[in-house]
Amino acid sequence: MSSVATTPTGSGERPSRGPITDLITGGGRTRRLLLLALGLLAVMSAVRVISGENGLTSSAIFATTLVLAVPIGLAALGGLFSERAGVVNIGLEGMMILGTWGAGYAGWHWGWVGAVIGGVLFGAAGGLLHAVATVTFGVDHVVSGVAINILAAGVVRFLSELIYVEGTGGGPTQSPSVSSEPPSFSLPLLSSGPDLLGSLERRHWFLISDTAGLLRGLTSGVGLLTLVAVLLVPLSYFILWRTAFGLRLRSCGENPWAADSLGVPVYRFKYIAVVISGALAGLGGVFLVDFADIYKEGQTGGRGFIGLAALIFGNWRPGGLALGAGLFGYSDALLLRAQSAIVALFLLLAILLVAVAVYQLVHRRILQASLAGGFAALSLFLYLVIDELDRGLISFTPHITTLLVLSLASQRLRMPAADGMVYRRGED
Amino acid sequence: MNGRPSFVRRAAQSLLGPVMAVLVSLIISAIVIALIGEDPLTALQVMVDLGDTPAQQTQSMVVILNRAIPLFLAGLAVSIAFRMGLFNIGVEGQYRLATILAAAAGAAVVLPAPLHLLLIIVVAMLVGALWAGIVAVLKVTRGVSEVISSIMLNFVALGLASFLLSGPLRGSEDGASIITTKGLPESAWFPGLNGVFTSLGLAEPRTELYGFLLLAIVAGVLIGVLLKRTRFGFDLRATGLSPSAASASGVDARGMVIKTMLLSGAVAGLIGLPDLLGSTHHYGTEFTAGLGFLGIAVALLGRNSPVGIAVAALLFAFLDRAALPLQFADIPASVVTIIQGTIVLSVVIANEVARRLTLRSAERVAARAAPPGGSAPDGGGGAGPDGGPVDTSAQRDQRQGVQA
Repeated sequence: MSSVATTPTGSGERPSRGPITDLITGGGRTRRLLLLALGLLAVMSAVRVISGENGLTSSAIFATTLVLAVPIGLAALGGLFSERAGVVNIGLEGMMILGTWGAGYAGWHWGWVGAVIGGVLFGAAGGLLHAVATVTFGVDHVVSGVAINILAAGVVRFLSELIYVEGTGGGPTQSPSVSSEPPSFSLPLLSSGPDLLGSLERRHWFLISDTAGLLRGLTSGVGLLTLVAVLLVPLSYFILWRTAFGLRLRSCGENPWAADSLGVPVYRFKYIAVVISGALAGLGGVFLVDFADIYKEGQTGGRGFIGLAALIFGNWRPGGLALGAGLFGYSDALLLRAQSAIVALFLLLAILLVAVAVYQLVHRRILQASLAGGFAALSLFLYLVIDELDRGLISFTPHITTLLVLSLASQRLRMPAADGMVYRRGED
Repeated sequence: MNGRPSFVRRAAQSLLGPVMAVLVSLIISAIVIALIGEDPLTALQVMVDLGDTPAQQTQSMVVILNRAIPLFLAGLAVSIAFRMGLFNIGVEGQYRLATILAAAAGAAVVLPAPLHLLLIIVVAMLVGALWAGIVAVLKVTRGVSEVISSIMLNFVALGLASFLLSGPLRGSEDGASIITTKGLPESAWFPGLNGVFTSLGLAEPRTELYGFLLLAIVAGVLIGVLLKRTRFGFDLRATGLSPSAASASGVDARGMVIKTMLLSGAVAGLIGLPDLLGSTHHYGTEFTAGLGFLGIAVALLGRNSPVGIAVAALLFAFLDRAALPLQFADIPASVVTIIQGTIVLSVVIANEVARRLTLRSAERVAARAAPPGGSAPDGGGGAGPDGGPVDTSAQRDQRQGVQA
């Protein structure tokens, strides 16, 4: 699975391997990724048909996935800006917490537009604090992040106790509900009105219904904010990799000394990056508030950390982190909507691992192949044995995935070279 | 190095950071309280007021001490890893998992009192050590940053604990609002220390002072001796100060990572035991949470020395106790969390400023003593202890947190 995130970019002049191989492995990156995605969907469809769990690829699941992936993805994007500029941001969780509170308060007063602005401002304030500590004072990034997480929890509780007194409809742990909701869209004809995709989905045909489910889930009742958030991924890519600003920002994360010698104001760039980071994490918080219509304490549920995990999973690249966020969102969505379908995932895992085993065998890596084969057998066994999984056990799927990816693919992951280093101008 | 500064000067240098931090955070909190229209002085009065009657006063002291014991252990666990330049954020998961498994093990067997306690303590330490060991193995063999893996393992541990609690290890009746493990038999209750109060002629408090206090003190002394007076401790601190220098002089960096994390995890396993053995006698959904993260704060404030950590733990416990009286005085109790968070942030900033001041004065001395051409004491950006390309944490940690 990790190979999706880290597909080697070195395509181009490869010798032809025959028309069929070329059709599958040739062409550009896009085509290969598309084929891979289609293949994955086909496998999932097969799993659905075998296990009879229609919830696995229903439009409701994909719609929920999108909604749940967005906050994770936004936190991860926040992490991307900060870490690309060389500042490790463990404080994403805290900034997200601040964002939820800001969104709850401003949303109660001024509706959803206020919620967005409030959440972003509160998150950015958290980012500013992190920047002051790490950039100006040169405090260790992890320490500062931990401190911000502790502080944020205290600040929001304090503000709630102070503001949501009796009669406001809120309390020490929650706000009154947000006074208006952002508009949402559906694709006409296909996902609303005649709902062609919906009728296709209900037939439960192999692959076709699953594709319809996926498309309908992604196009029906999509909130404006979701749309913006999804567009932020390519936008971030564009800003970071296609503009002078982005090049300078990334140079601060790779080699601040060299950047400084070329006239890049490193401190200023780090400040900007970390504040953007906080703002994005705060926007992630806005989403959670938007979803629940209310601010609640503990609403983030560690999503800032999962965002960090998605960032690492995605190898510090926008596309990869979006994929990671999607994966984690999907596992969250299953937990929320179709708990019984989760066991079917073991079957999916078994099939994927068999594929990995075959791939490794072809490349003569016997050890890896047998490891993958063994785990495939294990998950097939689990699929056959287990009827229902406990909630507590499922809750940490994203975290286990991250650990596995980190330990199996750590050689392929590459963080920014100067990430986490305290940079002091004029010191080495 | 700075020649040999006098003892007073060294003490002043190491106290400068924490004292500055506490002052700054008190000022910030006072401003916050003033902003909401309450009187900061009243708040301070409420916080230091331990009660009217002697019984109330000793009671408050017991509450503070009972809270300080787990905080001290948490700080100790974090500081062991810190000393070596490792960041054990996973203390939270380590102690929660250790506590539930120790509680279950203790409830499952029948043994005479001392052995029973010993068994529970050993189980807790083993579980904590093993859980922290995963982090160490991942770091050493796969180059995974211990920060990320321990954050992820925290979630896994909490999920596992909640699964164990609601499933296999559930001891409470179905439908009870608070789910707990089976209660420990009386042979596994740690005797309290309230006899001390009565024998000193003080009023007897309502709650029992945890006997685990003695064990915590022993643990603190042992760790202090281990770090300061043994070869292992020397290697550990040397690796923390400069990984490259340590491995050049023959320290097995990989082995040190594993040993240090095992030790840190073992101490982390103890954190839940004062509460478990002293008052609750079972692990449940209401069991004290968040001690692992507070431990990081306590270790930073105490500058990684056992004595400093004890003082920091007492300070934090004192603040925690003040939450309830503050609420009675109509001041939001979360002021306490704000003070604590501010202390952490200002202590790291103050430490950094103090470190730089010390460095500058050392440089001045060195410049006077030797002709120009010397370089800064920090090692350049070489590879980490395990040579992994991903790993920059060791180098970054060595700048912070490690102050002998």
